[in-house]
Amino acid sequence: MTQGVRDSFSAGLGIFPLGIALGLLIVQAGLPWWLAPALSLAAFAGSLELLLVGMMATVTPLAAVALTVLVVNFRHVFYAFSFPLHLVKHPLGKAYAVYAMIDEAYAVNASLPEHERSAARLLAMQIACEIYWVGGGMAGVALGAALPAPVKGLEFALCALFTVLTLDAFRSRAELPSLLLAGVSVTVALVLTPGAAMFTALLLFVGLLLLRHTVTARRTAQEAADA
Amino acid sequence: MPSTSYLVAVLAIVFTITVALRAVPFAVLGRLRGSAIVRRLAVWMPVGILAILAVTALHGTITTDPHGTWYALLAVAVTIGVHLAFGRRTILSVGVGTAVYVVLLNTLST
Repeated sequence: MTQGVRDSFSAGLGIFPLGIALGLLIVQAGLPWWLAPALSLAAFAGSLELLLVGMMATVTPLAAVALTVLVVNFRHVFYAFSFPLHLVKHPLGKAYAVYAMIDEAYAVNASLPEHERSAARLLAMQIACEIYWVGGGMAGVALGAALPAPVKGLEFALCALFTVLTLDAFRSRAELPSLLLAGVSVTVALVLTPGAAMFTALLLFVGLLLLRHTVTARRTAQEAADA
Repeated sequence: MPSTSYLVAVLAIVFTITVALRAVPFAVLGRLRGSAIVRRLAVWMPVGILAILAVTALHGTITTDPHGTWYALLAVAVTIGVHLAFGRRTILSVGVGTAVYVVLLNTLST
């Protein structure tokens, strides 16, 4: 368990300040303070929450909110393939581990050797992460209330975070076509539907990847037939 | 300011969809695990999705403060530079990049 808490420190360095940014944004958007802890407990997904603050401030239709959540967090579907849920035996523990399967928890766990993993270590790390996240949000709310004038431009933290995560995710040549397809998708989306660019771009991107899959599958079959 | 019932509805939607996205794959894992399409998408998707989010977040920032476009582009360059130069420490890169943008925007463009 102590090990789990120690595991959480590196993730906490990113989570806590981002929580502060979230709290500040909520206060500056004119939304009520309780939204910081409520949103953090309901979603427990940093980048999504920062996006939602802007959407809620402008009272975006609920259907658009639902679609955004679905598309932005769809990546979590793929975590299930390597997340060691089988270690956790207790049903409540299992439920919590799934609910708290955030990017950071997945990444920290993935970096551990298999024999060092345990249910207690995993859950302790996840609980610690949630405490940093909710605590950071509360600290941000307090800070936002104490500031004399709104600080402009804090939402840039989101852009910076995604830029950094893109750099970290981009490690191999096999991912270059994906990056290019994403570039095409987002360019087309910004030109055609600047108001809903993210949503259009993600849909286009998934469509292009399915196309790429078909092409790759056909080529593999062709090579098998030629050989 | 949005009504409380609207905010609560958003929270309910967000909770349901987020948990479902995290839980459902475990339930259907047996059937999905071997399929080629899922294995490929798992490798291909993350970097593209993150790149799209980075670009649209930048677009959002620029739309909010159009006069700060050059500051935003400079701050992105600083973020990337710091990240590659100082050993990929996320919090440092994000912190420095954001500080550059916030300081430039609040001091130079009044």
